[in-house]
Amino acid sequence: MRVIIRKDNTVREIEGKHTVGNILRLLDINPEAVLVLKDGKPVTRDVVVGGDEEIEILPVMSGG
Amino acid sequence: MRCLKCGSGACIEIRRHRAAYCEEHFVEHVHKQVTRAVRKFKMFEPGEKLLLAVSGGKDSLALWDVLLDLGYQADGLYIDLGIGDYSARSREKAENFAGARRAALHVVSLPETYGVNVGYIAKKSGKPFCSTCGLVKRYIMNAAASIKGYDAVVTGHNLDDEAGALLGNALSWQVGYLRRQSPNMPASQGLVRKVKPLCRLGERETAAYCIIKGINYILEECPMAKGASSLAYKDVLNALESRAPGTKDRFYLGFLREGRHYFQGGSEEPQLRPCSVCGQPTTAETCSFCRQVQRAGLDPLAVLEAIKNSGA
Repeated sequence: MRVIIRKDNTVREIEGKHTVGNILRLLDINPEAVLVLKDGKPVTRDVVVGGDEEIEILPVMSGG
Repeated sequence: MRCLKCGSGACIEIRRHRAAYCEEHFVEHVHKQVTRAVRKFKMFEPGEKLLLAVSGGKDSLALWDVLLDLGYQADGLYIDLGIGDYSARSREKAENFAGARRAALHVVSLPETYGVNVGYIAKKSGKPFCSTCGLVKRYIMNAAASIKGYDAVVTGHNLDDEAGALLGNALSWQVGYLRRQSPNMPASQGLVRKVKPLCRLGERETAAYCIIKGINYILEECPMAKGASSLAYKDVLNALESRAPGTKDRFYLGFLREGRHYFQGGSEEPQLRPCSVCGQPTTAETCSFCRQVQRAGLDPLAVLEAIKNSGA
């Protein structure tokens, strides 16, 4: 699957099928600091993604 | 995961509430949390005139949308600080939202008023960039609300902002800030009431709200905020939150319930009087905005003229 990380617009390819929660663990991303989008809509951490599917990881932390 | 309300597929989980919602019931959840905050902290009543500080980011646009949906009379105030492309793009987001919702938006622009940006004022007056920016924004918000006759200034600070600020204030025992940290600062001596109706919602929720409602907000951050300590405080709280959901809620809302009153009393409220130059409230002879703008060789009164002509 393709994972687009919106912070720096990097793209990661991950083999096999994984839950969204697992993908965040693999990438060492705190689920509290992001939203995960599939087809432009938020998905929960139990959703399984794989094959030629694509997800987006959107940081939500803002301010200064 | 299933929606707590209707059992259909959930799009977002709110771990601190042990809940998950579908799109429809998530929107309802956000509306409810805002309503609860507004009532609990007696922020405003229906029919009062609200001036919402709009940055073009997810929090202020989500809040504007919620307030309009709930039937409040909320107009926007966009302050153009002239921070390059970032300001241009964020202003566009604010204007597009106002246009789409047919909401009134006041725009006050530093570059259009003075031909300079906030960085120039900071540099000329020898003050740090972000504190100058904060001062300019607070000044314009209060002046705009009092000149235009609004009952309250509304800002989009969320639970993460407030919990992060509380952690920062507690780490260095800023007793004065702890005393004043409240989602409702009542009007006093020329200062307009200031309220934060998103104080029960995290930034994951405001971002999700914008995406679900199709609100186009500016994703990029202010380029000057990089490395700000407030972001480090949020990081720490997120690390704790993921181990123990509800930590931020307990820390911040618990402080308002159980902790804040310990910081009340003691020293007296500072007496405010009208600034000798602009008439806005200050503890000094001349307010810090006027002093800083004058140090930069500019006329502080020009911004009051700009506010009067800010349309909407």
